[in-house]
Amino acid sequence: MNNILVFPMVLPIIVGVLLLFFRSNPNIQRWCSVLTMVVVFLISLWILEKVMNEGILRLDFGEWAPPFGITFVADAFAMLLVSTASLVSILCLLYAVFARDERREKFFLYPFLLLLVAGVNGAFLTGDLFNLFVCFEVMLLASYVLMTLGGEKKQLTEGIKYILINILSSWFFLLGIAYMYGTLGTLNLAQLSQRIAEAGQPPLLTTISILFLIVFSLKAGLVLYFWLPGSYGALPTAVSALFAALLTKVGVYALFRFFTLLFYHEPSITHTIIGLMAIVTMVGGSLGAIAYVDLSKIAAYNVVIAIGFILVGLASHNVEAIQGSIYYLIHDILVKGLLFLLIGTVIYLSGKTRFHQASGLITNYPLLGWIFLITILSLGGIPPFSGFAGKLLIGQGALGAGEYVLTAVAFLSSLFVLYSLLRIFLNMFWGETSIRTQNQIPLSKGMLAPCLVLAALTAGLGLGMDVVSPYVTEAAHVLMNPELYIEGALNNE
Amino acid sequence: MRENDVILQTVSKVAVFIILTFGVYLFLAGHHNPGGGFIGGLTLSSAFVLLYLAFDVETVNAGIPMDYKMVAATGVLISVFSGMGALLFGSAFLSQTFAYFDLPIFGKTELATVVLFESGIALGVVGVVVTIMISISEDV
Repeated sequence: MNNILVFPMVLPIIVGVLLLFFRSNPNIQRWCSVLTMVVVFLISLWILEKVMNEGILRLDFGEWAPPFGITFVADAFAMLLVSTASLVSILCLLYAVFARDERREKFFLYPFLLLLVAGVNGAFLTGDLFNLFVCFEVMLLASYVLMTLGGEKKQLTEGIKYILINILSSWFFLLGIAYMYGTLGTLNLAQLSQRIAEAGQPPLLTTISILFLIVFSLKAGLVLYFWLPGSYGALPTAVSALFAALLTKVGVYALFRFFTLLFYHEPSITHTIIGLMAIVTMVGGSLGAIAYVDLSKIAAYNVVIAIGFILVGLASHNVEAIQGSIYYLIHDILVKGLLFLLIGTVIYLSGKTRFHQASGLITNYPLLGWIFLITILSLGGIPPFSGFAGKLLIGQGALGAGEYVLTAVAFLSSLFVLYSLLRIFLNMFWGETSIRTQNQIPLSKGMLAPCLVLAALTAGLGLGMDVVSPYVTEAAHVLMNPELYIEGALNNE
Repeated sequence: MRENDVILQTVSKVAVFIILTFGVYLFLAGHHNPGGGFIGGLTLSSAFVLLYLAFDVETVNAGIPMDYKMVAATGVLISVFSGMGALLFGSAFLSQTFAYFDLPIFGKTELATVVLFESGIALGVVGVVVTIMISISEDV
């Protein structure tokens, strides 16, 4: 019994709900939520360490033994993501604290951010298919509120699309769960895996797996990313950074769980489809990233490209590629949060949303400019930053699996990432300054600090690869050997 | 035009107490029979909604000065903390227990911790449903 497992989900819920009582006191709201996420981050690091020492941990809610009760299962993959997600939420919350959006703060901005994080952490930890759905819903409901909070016209138009598309995909999700339960008679992920293996994944189950593929593709923005650029562009900076860092990644997590733990018997069908979808995503994302001149659109299409890139690893389905994907997933959570914070800050400072409308920002805000350059290099996968190892391993894995087209598209898409962002950098930061020194909006240290920390993290993650690699190796090991997860999630000693 | 709703108001005044009683009954029955926190909570909130329909929002708010958002929040907290309570006794999160007690009037009675959890749910449901109803009425 490991009650500690429930804290990454329950702590944000408790504090989030408690904060409802302190509506009139913004300072309590701000610092309590930041403090909570710091505690959650420390707890999740502790659990990660424990998982490395003791193997997969499990908590049976109410002491109902699996597969009858519901469980939380923590393996290295889940805990790596929980830790990274909590870390990014600390920094996004800090940014929100210093951005001082008092109108939104008064209407429960922080409680909903905490509930969002609770849903995300719960989705990473749960070992039960129905609970995965519930955690998705917790996360989505919070995101619906955050999407429309503030009530700007743009938010409401994009919000209604976002809500409709997500309700539709949740409905498909529920349908898929019903099919699973109807055919296999269980919803415990580990037991599902056992039963699918016993049945040898007949065509019926493969069809169901494709239904789940569609559901999670909608959430992750794999091929079905049409909703993503518009809705992310309508959000305030801190919220958009949190969305970009976390929401699509939960979909990606679910895809990894499903197609390594459950439906891994017919890779010639499912993983080929994932590969094709990854190609379409990367091509579409690249086109979007260079087609638009709107900053937030370019950033949003960069999210899309990264999703395609991560799934190249899943499509290749060997240890190296999966390791690469995990590296890249961690890197991407950090750096996409950073990118959106920076883009939001740039829009706030220059007052312009298109990149050719301002120039020479680096003379006004030198540090911001250099952080932006680091972000670009990191996103492009240039050593020593954190994107490099992931790209290298995914490339090696994909070549090892003989996926030459996939590899070529993946690395071409990196060039598009570099090009699309360098264009912003060259136009906005270089050249003659368009803002006179006496007119420039002061950039508060508090807003710059989270960006600086994230930039330091992406450099640190790149340089300190040795620190992270045992965790990633362990995570990939469990993903590639489903029997380990089953053993951890079902054994009743 | 001034509406004449004497009948609605008179019936509501009586019916509200019947509904509330029934709600509490359903809540307690849920331990072994159909019912429980969610269903009991829905029934209880229907009593409040009936009041809001029969009288206007101001009158009811003056009579029952509650912020239903806070009612919902309290409910969620009670439920989560009742789940956390198990941690103090070294059991898994959300573990429940029960025991038999000899109470003065009721005699031998089964008392279960799950009632705490369920009462949280009931409060949560009442808070959410009434908040939704009031928000919709403000929109129109």
